[in-house]
Amino acid sequence: MTNHKEAQVVLRLDNITKRFGSLTANDAISFDLAQGEVIALLGENGAGKTTLMNILFGHYTADEGRVEVFGQALPPGNPRAALAAGVGMVHQHFTLADNMTVLENIVLGTAPLWKLGFGKAAARRRILALVQDYGLQVDPDAQVGSLTVGERQRVEILKALYRDARILILDEPTAVLTPQETDDLFATMRKAVALGLSVIFISHKLHEVTAISNRVVVLRHGKLVAEARTADTDKHILAQMMVGEEVAPPSVRAANPGDVLIALDQVSTPDRGSAPGLKSVNLNLRAGQIIGLAGVSGNGQAALADLIGGLIAPASGSLRIHDAAPKSWTPRAALAAGIARIPEDRHKTGTIADFDLTENAVLELYTKPPFSTKGWMHWQAARDFTQTVIEGYDVRCPGPDTRIRLLSGGNMQKLILGRVLETTPEVVLANQPVRGLDIGALTYVHEQLLAARDRGAAVLLISEDLDEVTALSDVIHVISEGRLSPGFERGALSTTELGVWMAGHGFEEEGGSHAA
Amino acid sequence: MRLEPVANPTLTRQLGLPALALLCTVVIASLLAMIAGAQPFSVLGLIVKGAFGSKFAALETLNRATPLIFTGLAVAVAFRAQLWNIGAEAQLYMGAVVTVVLGTGALSWPAFALLPTIAIAAMLAGAVALLVPTFLKTRFGVDEVVTTLLLNFVVLLWVSMLLEGALKDPMGLGWPKSARLIAEARLPRIMDGLRLHWGFGLALISALVVWVIQRRTTLGYEMRAVGLNAEAARFAGIPVNAVLIKTALLSGGLAALAGFSEVAGLKGNLTLDISPGFGYTGIIVAMLALLNPLGVVVAALFVAGIFVGADSMSRAAGVPTYLADIMLAFALLLMVLAIMLTKFRVRRS
Repeated sequence: MTNHKEAQVVLRLDNITKRFGSLTANDAISFDLAQGEVIALLGENGAGKTTLMNILFGHYTADEGRVEVFGQALPPGNPRAALAAGVGMVHQHFTLADNMTVLENIVLGTAPLWKLGFGKAAARRRILALVQDYGLQVDPDAQVGSLTVGERQRVEILKALYRDARILILDEPTAVLTPQETDDLFATMRKAVALGLSVIFISHKLHEVTAISNRVVVLRHGKLVAEARTADTDKHILAQMMVGEEVAPPSVRAANPGDVLIALDQVSTPDRGSAPGLKSVNLNLRAGQIIGLAGVSGNGQAALADLIGGLIAPASGSLRIHDAAPKSWTPRAALAAGIARIPEDRHKTGTIADFDLTENAVLELYTKPPFSTKGWMHWQAARDFTQTVIEGYDVRCPGPDTRIRLLSGGNMQKLILGRVLETTPEVVLANQPVRGLDIGALTYVHEQLLAARDRGAAVLLISEDLDEVTALSDVIHVISEGRLSPGFERGALSTTELGVWMAGHGFEEEGGSHAA
Repeated sequence: MRLEPVANPTLTRQLGLPALALLCTVVIASLLAMIAGAQPFSVLGLIVKGAFGSKFAALETLNRATPLIFTGLAVAVAFRAQLWNIGAEAQLYMGAVVTVVLGTGALSWPAFALLPTIAIAAMLAGAVALLVPTFLKTRFGVDEVVTTLLLNFVVLLWVSMLLEGALKDPMGLGWPKSARLIAEARLPRIMDGLRLHWGFGLALISALVVWVIQRRTTLGYEMRAVGLNAEAARFAGIPVNAVLIKTALLSGGLAALAGFSEVAGLKGNLTLDISPGFGYTGIIVAMLALLNPLGVVVAALFVAGIFVGADSMSRAAGVPTYLADIMLAFALLLMVLAIMLTKFRVRRS
């Protein structure tokens, strides 16, 4: 459809510029979206993608430039006008009420609340028709709180469609999906396009961009650096356009494993809600080796991460550091044992949003000199340290006095990385270290983990991305329902065989032999 | 209209908006004075004159500000760590009780030894009064807003019981009041002939100490970290519960100093009306000061000035003293609004 040059332009961004203080988040960006077209918006963290979409949807007001939808200029800074003009946005973070049903969530805001009972039957018919047309399988009467992430996303899309959206903006929709759910989402997108909608699709994952989009628009440092038909590019060219330089996959040298630094022997921890705790887990972390933990989300990864990180102690079994049992097991004890921790959620647990970079950089280090002596803080030393981290780990920011909430996710992660690696730790616990990061930041984090391994650190890599685990790990363990598989050397198992373990199969035989 | 976060608020924004809030408060107070049938500018003039117009008035304002600095600091310290201490009133009375118990002859030491001893004992008593709700919070997750608030009434009734019983002045003609402190237990005046006692000096020193703790010590850093994001603080290894306990000790101790200073500096004995709600007004003071310990001194002077000035204005202009309460309420509301507007910008849709 995009081959027709005459295809109607449904959306035109004209010379959009947005500044936050000294930072130009969007610098004179212009492009058109035609009817029935999927444009992929690519860019590193902090390239300005989300800012641009927020301007388009009216969450932000542009300093310069205008947005036209179906030939009409959108009044700036008015999400309601954007909605009325047919722009629907699905955010990275969902905006649903958990205690309401799918139907109520969809209808919410379109009908006066006190009349909710009135058009319910009509609303249900419309929703069911949309479910049919777009292949968005979800039960209108289910409580949103009981839905999976993928289903919630479908509700968000239904919400937009229910409001007659003709232009869908999907902000990193696949970041939270399994491969199967991603395929379903793509099917929905193809149906939407066939029905005459247009889509702007934001993603980091290049194979998805090439799979679904007609055109690619690449942003870098707030500028539009490239615009191309997807058919004319490939992943390699796209990656280069995004980061502005050649990216090579990490070249993994052979590992040179040393002593066991941390040993878990028959460790169990309590279950937590629906997520299982650890079940008699044996694990050895060796110097100079990356151990990868593969597994479907919510199978005990959090418990293992909290255990190694010092947040919980074993309920039974033993944890030994350098072949000695620690007297107490707290985050401070873990830090003292030389364990560097990259937490799963960098916003909630990794950083304090309203602290500046300096205060965040010394969060785990402030009790010791040179940052404090006898209870007195030495802020100059802390600032110097932060400056070292900023320079050494390429944290892009105005300076050490910036509040960290103003940084993009990638730069936040680089600060955390710098904070933990500057102390040359013996053990690195990396829990989902590249979740939500773009290729530039992702490659950087992986290189740093490999460098840590090569200078003799034991690395435990926990990730839900199987490709990441297989690419980096010297030894892979699979976790399923809190049970840990034996370690498999690099390349010992195929992806299919790993999948069988991840589904919880190999364990039964073991369990049987135990019972025997 | 929508709110848009302001990335890096300028200094003019951070100071100008609170100033504007205070200006609006004055305008509203003027309107109310007009409704009450008085000349708005003369009423405001009378308040300022009544608060700072003469040496006597200014000293009265400083005296009134003294307990408010202590309770304001107590609240500011606790709120900074997100420990919601609504019980400064109870902690104040704990301090006052201890001052009376130790200062009416139980210890007959010279003043240089007796006064610090009483002050420290009073602080400990106030600390304990906040320690109990804090312990319930850290151990069992009991909401400290409820427990500290309700403890105010418990402590007040307990003091009432003491004043009718164990602490009742035998020479008091049956009034519910304690015996007077011995001379060595009285806080001396700052200068001979001035009706201003060293409690005010102690309040200023306390504000400075709290400021240094918050900015320069690891404890202050921990308190701020726990207040802003307890989960991240715990992950980083900060012992969150221990920090809350230490915060409670400091906060309760500061509030108790208000009681100590009122009894030992101003009144000389304990009655049930020693605090006309200093503990609660301390919350207003702390909020007006944006929880900044040095700002607490300024805010306490402002609040005390309004109270003292409104008293004398009421006598001169015939406008009810309730105007003072209304002014404070508006000052607080507008200040909270101003704080929000320093962080967010209103955009018209």
